[in-house]
Amino acid sequence: MLGEGLLKGLGETARNFAGSFVSKERLTTVQYPEEREPLPEASRAFPFLVYDGADWEAGLRCVACQICEKECPPKCIYIEKSKDKKPDYVGKPQIYPAKFDIDISVCMSCQICVEVCPFEAIKMDNQFELATDDRFGGLLYDRKELARSNEYYHKIHPTEAAEVDARLAEEKAKAEEKAKAVAAAAAAKAAPAMAAKPAEGAQPQ
Amino acid sequence: MTNMLDQVFVLLKHRIVGLVPMPVQPILGAVLSVVAILAVFPGLFAISVLLERKGLGRMQNRIGPNRVGPLGVLQPVADGIKALIKEDLVPYSADHVVHFLAPVVLVVVVFMGYAVLPMGRNMTFVPMDAGLLFYFAMGASAELSIFMAGWSSRNKYSLLGAMRAVAQMISYEVPLLLSSVVIVMMTGSLSLDKIVEVQNQYTWGLPHWFVFTPMGFAAFVMFAIAATAETNRSPFDLPEGESELVAGYFTEYSGFKFAEFFLGEYVAMLSISGLGATLFLGGWSAPLEILNVVPSWFWFFAKIMVWICFYIWMRGTFPRLRQDQLMNFAWKFVLPMTLLNLLVAGLWRFMGEGWLRWVVCSAILLAAYVLGGRIGMRSKKFGPRSYRYAE
Repeated sequence: MLGEGLLKGLGETARNFAGSFVSKERLTTVQYPEEREPLPEASRAFPFLVYDGADWEAGLRCVACQICEKECPPKCIYIEKSKDKKPDYVGKPQIYPAKFDIDISVCMSCQICVEVCPFEAIKMDNQFELATDDRFGGLLYDRKELARSNEYYHKIHPTEAAEVDARLAEEKAKAEEKAKAVAAAAAAKAAPAMAAKPAEGAQPQ
Repeated sequence: MTNMLDQVFVLLKHRIVGLVPMPVQPILGAVLSVVAILAVFPGLFAISVLLERKGLGRMQNRIGPNRVGPLGVLQPVADGIKALIKEDLVPYSADHVVHFLAPVVLVVVVFMGYAVLPMGRNMTFVPMDAGLLFYFAMGASAELSIFMAGWSSRNKYSLLGAMRAVAQMISYEVPLLLSSVVIVMMTGSLSLDKIVEVQNQYTWGLPHWFVFTPMGFAAFVMFAIAATAETNRSPFDLPEGESELVAGYFTEYSGFKFAEFFLGEYVAMLSISGLGATLFLGGWSAPLEILNVVPSWFWFFAKIMVWICFYIWMRGTFPRLRQDQLMNFAWKFVLPMTLLNLLVAGLWRFMGEGWLRWVVCSAILLAAYVLGGRIGMRSKKFGPRSYRYAE
């Protein structure tokens, strides 16, 4: 009959209306600023720079290769290379970013910088409450504001960070092995030469 | 004491008016009444907006606004302040004068309707003999303001919204009027005070409200439908259709003018609820004889608020109609039903007292409703939607 569906619909909304006062599980809304749900592990907002150890400046993994700067679709990254070099995690001297700025008002959170980085130096943060009253300066982050410890990275993306650490450790082990091999080869090379000319009296070093 | 409380506003007005010299008294009396109307109904508007937002939230299993004040009760105040401090934009190519006048006209004509509504015993601002006629004349003027708004904005959405609004409001004006004519036939008067007087009688403690007669009930239902469409409320909110027309005829309005449209819409809802309550639900008369100790004005406002709550309930339930469904429903179902209802009202009058007229009139109306519904549903005039391409 005409109107039957209307009454059914009215009954449904009435049930919801009354039910929302009775049962708490009907109200699924999270009252955001007071209560918040844990963010999913894969959530991401804006990039940050990872550093190892206690000193952020010494520990920055970034070597200022500028790949991310070139790949960034909205061009929100600005990098200036350093003149001098500092040792990286393997101990090899590398240049480092004298300046590393990200304008997060331009950043579109695409994660391409993270994907192209060969040094696992830039990762995605999940901090999204970045409101500021300074539209330009407040949203332009320099390398100090961007630096986050590896522990922080482990806290926000545990699985991913563990993988990264394993990979880095493997690379470091490989590099050390290689260095050892090189040293051994050099020693082996030096040994017969020394055996051939013992008369010179030089001590092997 | 009861009588005193019932007439408290009337006595207060007399007391204040008595303070000034004789020649000024009528003017002061009029000003006082106008001020009272202008203070009370925007207040009710604020309450109904809050009720609507909280109620709709609950129907969708949300809490609704809960930030401003305890439980969000100060939300309307915050909304009002926000609307007032917004920039008032007028489109460059709009017709400035008409664009400015449209919301003013709306608010004015909507408030004019209150002049004839009896809000309690002896509480009609202008006890007019042709009050109902005056009310409908004012109600019809709201269409003018809506069309002014849509036309002067120079915006396709505004214009489309205004065209829809005018088509819809004129279509539903007809059943609205014809369903009220039944009441005029039963009372023999266009005066709203007289209509309430007739309903303010009791048999075995029960009131003589028109909604309790067969054609009165049918007219009540159709009046409610037509009133919903008249005030552009969901499910008949095509003129505003925010999913397709931005905001319909008031797309180009901002700031205080937007607030005026918003106010006009809700005050019109309150006003047509008041008219519906007056015509069918006994106006200010109490629902039971023993409840007459409660002041009459309380009953009037209680009935308005119940009606508003029903509006909110409908808005939370029904999806918006399509334009052709809307028109089909008005012209092919509601209008024939109202015409039939007029005949039934005549029949009721000439069948005289007795139980027979109750049976006959109810049977005719029920049969017409079922039959009309069947035919309409079968020909897909206003039944479930059928999609030819998007299945």
